[in-house]
Amino acid sequence: MQNKTFVAVAVAVAVGLGLVALSACGSTDGKAAGSDGSGTVTLVSHDSWAVSKSVLAAFEKESGYKVRVLQDGDAGQAVNKAILTKDNPQGDVFFGVDNTLLSRALDNGLFQPYEAAGLARVGAPYQLDATKHRVTPVDFGDICVNYDKAYFTEHKLAPPASFDDLVKPAYRNLLVTENAATSSPGLGFLLGTAAKYGDGGWEGYWKKLKANGVKVVDGWEQAYNEEFSGSAGGKKAKADRPLVVSYASSPPAEVIYADPKPSTAPTGVVSGTCFRQVEFAGLLSNASESKGGKALIDFLISKRFQEDMPLNMFVYPVVKDAAVPAEFTAYGPAAEHPETLDPAKIAGHRDDWVKSWTSLVLK
Amino acid sequence: MDLARTEVSEVSGRGSRAGSAARLGLMAVPVAFFAVFFAYPVAAIVARGLGADGGWRFGALRDVLAQSGIRHVLWFTTWQALASTALTLLVALPAAYVFARLEFPGRQVLRAVVTVPFVLPTVVVGTAFLALVGRGGLLDDLWGVRLDTTVWAILLAHVFFNYAVVVRTVGGLWSQLDPRQEEAARMLGASRLTAWRTVTLPALGPAVAAAALMIFLFTFTSFGVVQILGGPTFSTLEVEIYRQTSEIFDLSTAAVLTLVQFAAVGAILGVHAWTVRRRESALRLVDASTTARRPRGAGQWALLAGVLATIAVLLVLPLAVLAQRSFDAPGFAYYRALTSDDGNVFLVPPIEAIGNSLEYAVVATAIAVLVGGLAAAALTRRDAGRLVRGFDALLMLPLGVSAVTVGFGFLIALDEPPLDLRGTWILVPLAQALVGVPFVVRTMLPVLRAVDHRLREAAAVLGASPWRVWREVDLPMVRRALLVAAGFAFAVSLGEFGATVFIARPDNPTLPVAVARLLGRAGELNYGQAMALSTILMVVCAVALLVLERLRTDRAGDF
Repeated sequence: MQNKTFVAVAVAVAVGLGLVALSACGSTDGKAAGSDGSGTVTLVSHDSWAVSKSVLAAFEKESGYKVRVLQDGDAGQAVNKAILTKDNPQGDVFFGVDNTLLSRALDNGLFQPYEAAGLARVGAPYQLDATKHRVTPVDFGDICVNYDKAYFTEHKLAPPASFDDLVKPAYRNLLVTENAATSSPGLGFLLGTAAKYGDGGWEGYWKKLKANGVKVVDGWEQAYNEEFSGSAGGKKAKADRPLVVSYASSPPAEVIYADPKPSTAPTGVVSGTCFRQVEFAGLLSNASESKGGKALIDFLISKRFQEDMPLNMFVYPVVKDAAVPAEFTAYGPAAEHPETLDPAKIAGHRDDWVKSWTSLVLK
Repeated sequence: MDLARTEVSEVSGRGSRAGSAARLGLMAVPVAFFAVFFAYPVAAIVARGLGADGGWRFGALRDVLAQSGIRHVLWFTTWQALASTALTLLVALPAAYVFARLEFPGRQVLRAVVTVPFVLPTVVVGTAFLALVGRGGLLDDLWGVRLDTTVWAILLAHVFFNYAVVVRTVGGLWSQLDPRQEEAARMLGASRLTAWRTVTLPALGPAVAAAALMIFLFTFTSFGVVQILGGPTFSTLEVEIYRQTSEIFDLSTAAVLTLVQFAAVGAILGVHAWTVRRRESALRLVDASTTARRPRGAGQWALLAGVLATIAVLLVLPLAVLAQRSFDAPGFAYYRALTSDDGNVFLVPPIEAIGNSLEYAVVATAIAVLVGGLAAAALTRRDAGRLVRGFDALLMLPLGVSAVTVGFGFLIALDEPPLDLRGTWILVPLAQALVGVPFVVRTMLPVLRAVDHRLREAAAVLGASPWRVWREVDLPMVRRALLVAAGFAFAVSLGEFGATVFIARPDNPTLPVAVARLLGRAGELNYGQAMALSTILMVVCAVALLVLERLRTDRAGDF
């Protein structure tokens, strides 16, 4: 019996050592595929990256490159990690830096210039690096207050329509938003108010919002799934806030990911509260497979990818010739007059604004 | 005993060179593991934060600590950790006794069940826990009490999470203490309390201290719980490090805070190592299956009922709510959705995350048991010098360093051959093992150290090699501890989120990563699938732990 134990321990040790050895082999394989130009292009992105299999397969077939995807945390994390590793990058193309972080990426020399084929089809408002072409716009989305339709019908109350409405007594204690310091929709909403009311006015607006009972939670998941009464998760959690800071594409998601599908979305968008986010892709400065990287960037603004993207990542295409899916036009049209801010202005003020916002709203 | 010692010391004098060589051999693997996968990456990221133009900016240390916001964070971090630890011990120590000493139907199942919360990702637990203390929760329904914006929610959630640490660490040793010693004391006229206080309590001391230390570490470095239940108003050091690194990208402040946390954790571990050594004694360990009895007397029945009621309300209820939400669609729709890849949140159907998680966890457990087992064996040796004993505390440090620091460190440190591991699958189990090793060491050490050293010396005198001494003397006594350790490492790996989410690849997400991604998206099916996957994770953990419990009982017949 004691011998049995001995054998068991010996086997365990051998297995352990074997695994470590295996891992070493695995690592050399991975390295070889990534760096010797054998036809693998690596895309580094955030957790929200998604694409239909068939669309990616078509690109691989046409270009001759295999695509390896590395999802690297939420949007902010992914950008920061890319900056940290820029001398020895984890891939060739980075997708997912938005206008709120664009300056940080550009100032750190994350990307090398490349003018994508077909760039002329991209709308001018999205071309925020039009002279240097270090980044290529790929999609845009709007951060807006969403409302629970059932609540407002039940209470015979008109949903709010603008930032100004949110501070009115009728909407007291109804809004939940995210921490601007830790959540990108939270930051987007803060930037929206800064764009709307200007340097001198946004703090006064937030004082009123706070007096009107705005609730702040740390992340989108809590706000949307736990506090917002209009979402599927919120209903199960008996949530009691009918207004939440989310995305213009959240209502179509509520329809698409429902079984059976309702005829109208249970939630709507407060169109006067939107802040526009544009997402970019770029060729990393020290990319080892730059030719494949360029092909991949072209692919990201191709009609096929752009039309596939909305239902995968719940964002809107930036090229003029891409059709927007019917669900989007029916349940979540993009805002007509979203607030916007120059990335350089965001870069210059973001930290100060977040700091002031924190002491104003949270303390 | 001293007489015997002089005799033996000659022998060990002769064998001391061989002994120290053996010790170094045992130490080599753990030291190398920690140097490469912990110390080096963390040092690299801290150096990146503090180094500037070839010089060092130690002034940053003073500047950061001068901020009142940071001092507030430090204060909150400390007191909530103390309060959480005290509360957990208060609630869970009776349970440790009940599980160790009382025989009742369903004991094994329940012991597995109480461990489940410990290994669930916090994003899931936050959701579940709000069902208890949040709006419309049980307390709200019964008495209109809501704790979701108070510090009580954090404290109770910490109890929920760490209950198993006490039950398993303290209960594990307790069940192996020979009850006849206490009985002998009572026979000699001691009251029940006195017998317990003078016989059992001192023997349990190191295990209680170890459990308290672990809980203090977990709650001191609490991240997900504080973020979800505390909202943005309560912030721990760990949350602040995450914010500075991940959001504000102020690596200099993050590095300072990392050093502060490091120092705090190091100090705690130092004190702990000292107190434990002072109280260690050779214990008479017996087979756990012989020590439990059916409850006798009103007191024991009441205690059992109380413990079961606590478990039902505090641990099972939140988990039941999760399960209920996952079935809240006709025809198991959420579960059926898991097998389709139409959702496109991942490149594979979410169900594959289960297989990935199990594979990673098995590898991580193998690494953790290997590294932790060797370290524990080295640390037990009586000739272990001060340097080696310091290593004991060092092994715990990964629990006190934030996942974001380790993750960023991996990125910039493990990026060149022969250590370019950034794109390989082994990175996930390595990161998980880093968290698993301390569990293995902590579970093994108290038991290993409690083995009467004279047995080893006797074997050595009779000519046994150190390996044979370990095999014949130590191993039979610690086999149960080894299994418990493996179970812990496995379960921790299964639920590990912080480091995994940093490095898991999209084509093979783990269960917790899959849950987090599904929760990060609007829509009923996504939310439902997240609940369904969480339920599966709970069941897988419970089954894994249950298998270990069975394994232990079957093997117990060997000796």
